[in-house]
Amino acid sequence: MPTKIEKDALTGKLTTGHEWDGIKELNTPLPKWWLYILYATIIWSAVWALLFPSFPGLSGHFGGVLGWTKREDIAREMAAVVDARAPMFERIRSSDLEEIRRDPTLLRFATAGARQAFADNCAPCHGSGGEGRPGGFPSLIDDDWIWGGTLEDIAFTIRHGIRNAQDEEARQSQMPAYAQILSRREIEDVAEFVLSFTNRATDAEAARRGESIYAENCVACHGEQGEGVRAVGGPALNDAIWLYGGSREQIIAQIANPRMGVMPPWQGRLDEAIIRMLAVYVHTLGGGE
Amino acid sequence: MIRHETIEKNVILLAVLTLITVSIGGLVQIVPLFTIETTIERVEGVRPYSPLELAGRNIYIREGCYVCHSQMVRPFRDELERYGHYSLAAESMYDRPFQWGSKRTGPDLARVGGKYSNEWHYQHMIDPRSVVPESIMPSYGFLVRPLKFDDIEKHMRALQRLGVPYTDEMIANARADLVAQANPDADTSGLLQRYPKAVVGDFDRNTRVVTEMDALIAYLQMLGTLVNFAEVTPQQLRQ
Repeated sequence: MPTKIEKDALTGKLTTGHEWDGIKELNTPLPKWWLYILYATIIWSAVWALLFPSFPGLSGHFGGVLGWTKREDIAREMAAVVDARAPMFERIRSSDLEEIRRDPTLLRFATAGARQAFADNCAPCHGSGGEGRPGGFPSLIDDDWIWGGTLEDIAFTIRHGIRNAQDEEARQSQMPAYAQILSRREIEDVAEFVLSFTNRATDAEAARRGESIYAENCVACHGEQGEGVRAVGGPALNDAIWLYGGSREQIIAQIANPRMGVMPPWQGRLDEAIIRMLAVYVHTLGGGE
Repeated sequence: MIRHETIEKNVILLAVLTLITVSIGGLVQIVPLFTIETTIERVEGVRPYSPLELAGRNIYIREGCYVCHSQMVRPFRDELERYGHYSLAAESMYDRPFQWGSKRTGPDLARVGGKYSNEWHYQHMIDPRSVVPESIMPSYGFLVRPLKFDDIEKHMRALQRLGVPYTDEMIANARADLVAQANPDADTSGLLQRYPKAVVGDFDRNTRVVTEMDALIAYLQMLGTLVNFAEVTPQQLRQ
């Protein structure tokens, strides 16, 4: 069908030479600059395909003349990151936690880095400011420590976690379900006694009955005055801080069928230096001992 | 030189040339798949999903979790620092379909396994804002309903046909394994021998019934935990 290219009288442009039932088409090519850029990108893609991994083959793929791979690239990049941090990380790893806390340079480095690590790893349970969450996620900004609030205690807890199955050194303890040990009445009595630690008992008689039950069952983990026993992670019962709620009903529910927090171990997931930085950071949040 | 007019006026020639053209396009896409195995790293530890994890994965797909969560840690520094080692092809080789995703409204989940406690996941599913106030994730509280798993063998059988190495023994024990994984008091030696590193426990404060919540949390808790990267050599990561 291209018949003959002719000059259009009205526009002065050439036609393409195609004709369909008497209709002819003006030849309006793409702008030159556009066309040359297109050709350039085609050539660029051919060069790119030659330099970098591109075509699949029957056994593997063409790896490119440069021998570049993303995996080696990122390994180099991360190695450079590790090198750049090494001097400070080495000091953090080899310093006593107390030294980190006392040395202004180390402390600034540790808290700045740990703030980032905390936001990603710890905040989902403990809150972005370490304020904790209702339902068993303890606050880290008060001085009510379940497993201890010294730098070493905190570091140990971060490293190994609590009641998890992944780490053999995880802090372990288990509160029995007293629904299977005590009667409902006895549980109510002991709850009444627990309330008396914070002067909230309303039934002195029940609290007296509860006292002997408490002495037999609860003292080992929660202490004589309800002050808590850190060695076994028995929380204090004589303050206003409650993991699972401090109302009478909530205390009864917790005695009958206790819930217990689980914290994953961070050793292995986080670098030892970052764990130490986190320990110092958490210690600074308000309640460090 | 064949003129266009000749082709257009000869239907047989047109059909043959069309077929050749389409075949070239098809082969370019299909042939590389014959060598797909060469892209899978030879790392230890990746196993098929346990029946409970598989049921959880099906819920993950059903609820469209992949719409907001990717499962693909890309080899970039910011992702490595946040999530851990970049994802390997081997880690999703038994995924049909894979859940890499392409959108992160929520965080990547490729290495979420073991990062939070079961209780956290439970509360987070019931009411995401109770643990993460700034979260915009919808509530999935309805997942506390019982899990329907009378067809779990069929799911495993279908995957077996597609090349996932489920053994007949695994399929025969599917329901027992599924129930055992959600029961902290069960004998799980068989389960753990068939599916090493499976996370066993009561995931949702309910030991009487296996719920959809149990399945989903069991799945989340194993994501990205199968390969021990401390033992992976750079050679193994070369594709």
